[in-house]
Amino acid sequence: MAKPIIQVNNLVKKYNDFTAVNSISFEVMQGEIFGLLGPNGAGKTTTLEIMETLREKTSGSVIINGVDLDSDPDSIKHIIGVQLQSAGYYPNLNLSELIELFSGLYGISVKPIELLEKVALVDKAKAKYKELSGGQKQRFSIATTLINQPKIIFLDEPTTGLDPQARRNLWDLIQEIRSSGTTIVITTHYMDEAEVLCDRVAFIDAGKVIGIDTPDHFIDQLVASGFERKKEVKKANLEDVFITLTGKEWRES
Amino acid sequence: MDNSTKSYSNLKATLAMAKASFRSILRSPSAVVFSLAFPLIFILVFGFIGGGGIKIDVGVDKASDLTNPIFMALKNVSVIHLIEDQSEEEMNSNLSKGRLDAIINIQKNAAMPPFTVNVQYTKASLSNGNILKSVLNNILYKVNTRSGNAPPPVAELKETTVEGRTYKTIDFILPGQLGFSLLSSGVFGTAFVFLSLRLTLVIKRFFATPVKRYSIVLGEAIARIAFALLGALFIILIGHFAFGFTLIHGFVTVINMLILSAIGLIVFMGFGFTVSGIAKNESTIPPIANIITLPQFLLSGTFFSISAFPSWLQPISRALPLTYLNDGMRKIAFEGAGLMDIKHQLLILFIWGIGIYALAVKVFKWE
Repeated sequence: MAKPIIQVNNLVKKYNDFTAVNSISFEVMQGEIFGLLGPNGAGKTTTLEIMETLREKTSGSVIINGVDLDSDPDSIKHIIGVQLQSAGYYPNLNLSELIELFSGLYGISVKPIELLEKVALVDKAKAKYKELSGGQKQRFSIATTLINQPKIIFLDEPTTGLDPQARRNLWDLIQEIRSSGTTIVITTHYMDEAEVLCDRVAFIDAGKVIGIDTPDHFIDQLVASGFERKKEVKKANLEDVFITLTGKEWRES
Repeated sequence: MDNSTKSYSNLKATLAMAKASFRSILRSPSAVVFSLAFPLIFILVFGFIGGGGIKIDVGVDKASDLTNPIFMALKNVSVIHLIEDQSEEEMNSNLSKGRLDAIINIQKNAAMPPFTVNVQYTKASLSNGNILKSVLNNILYKVNTRSGNAPPPVAELKETTVEGRTYKTIDFILPGQLGFSLLSSGVFGTAFVFLSLRLTLVIKRFFATPVKRYSIVLGEAIARIAFALLGALFIILIGHFAFGFTLIHGFVTVINMLILSAIGLIVFMGFGFTVSGIAKNESTIPPIANIITLPQFLLSGTFFSISAFPSWLQPISRALPLTYLNDGMRKIAFEGAGLMDIKHQLLILFIWGIGIYALAVKVFKWE
């Protein structure tokens, strides 16, 4: 049985009168891909940003890799990698220079090309971030989370806005990172994605956890309760058609 | 390999910030335009038009005698510009518009006196006319005393000129342009960078790394100062070698100017931090920043000496930080002052610095 690398207990975050996170508790096991699922405004990003040391919590406890967030946030920063929803990068720098900057901020030295190799962006080493396609941008964002060889990476809606090919390409990358031993916490609005990627998912709604389990188990439970889809399930869906017709290869203009 | 907390170096992080920022500034067209192109254009313009001093345009009547000693003497006066190629009609029209300061017609007479000098002045250019008047008086006095039947002189005029440095237009314009370039780069550059880093969540992403806040600010400051000093050096050297800008003690003067530039820039960056905190988005930066920079551009002795302003305006000029930077800069470059000699100017810049950073700390926003 894997041991927990993240323990969140009764986490609460209030903005004035509004309670964004209302006593959330969960554990993330070492080496798993853990999904935080829920509608917009449910508190996923707030929960993520508290774990990422970017936001103060109101109460509750967060322990990451055995370190209490309250006592030593700096040492947590050293072992996590963070991808923010819609974050930009320092202007006028190319990808190699951005990696150089981040490795300086982490106080380590990294060969930009080796890192870009991991996310298949070597030929874009001299390109600016804003010149990249949507999928390339997300892969670069993920590359920057790997600079400090973190134990955990946090990905906030990494596939939003990508076409099916780019999305699948990113799934492969995320699974590759996990297979090298990194724990991954991810949020997404795509349930098929969560089903493919996540070992376990937590459903969050209105600032509360309303269920934590494996995707399979959730689905089995629902079926057992007598749920039936309105339309008979076929052996393929429209996305399978899309991929078959347009090919698996990832397009980049 | 638990983690590298112990060996983490804030210095390394700061330098990484500085390097990234410096690269970014070099590739940003607005930074280059503001710090280099603008001041250079002004210096070029004033370097060329300012050099000549006063010129008095005098039209020469076609009927005038051109071989007399008075005309010869006029030709040798450097401020007088004789124009001989205009028709009478043209000359009259130009005179009434003030494009000519006077029309002259010298007639040779058969009887005594041998010459009559007819001068037409214009109300459109009275002061230049007056200069011509005294030039002519001077010439006529000399011509008259040389002739045999002139009365003996009652008083004799003896003139000497002491050796001195000529205060050229460039000596006034260049320090002013340098000061203004530092002001605009400090205010606009800093405000835009920190606002855009904040709005595009670049700073937020930085905060997920172990970097300290002061490293981010310090790194940015180092890059901006380094760039501004390179720009200042470039401006000073162009001014010196192309336009004869006076550097009394040569290299030492340049170093003193650069140190003063750095001090000024640090103060002006305080305005930039404040603006980035007040501004809601990128389009609100220019109006706010202009409120800070434009009055100083006009009132701090960038183009005109403050003493030329009306007396009610002078106290306002004397309250602005750029006034003291310009003042100190001119003292260093032209009078050869050291930093110790401009204590007064430095003190006032320092007071501005404390005030503006106190405000910046209050209004600056990280997120």
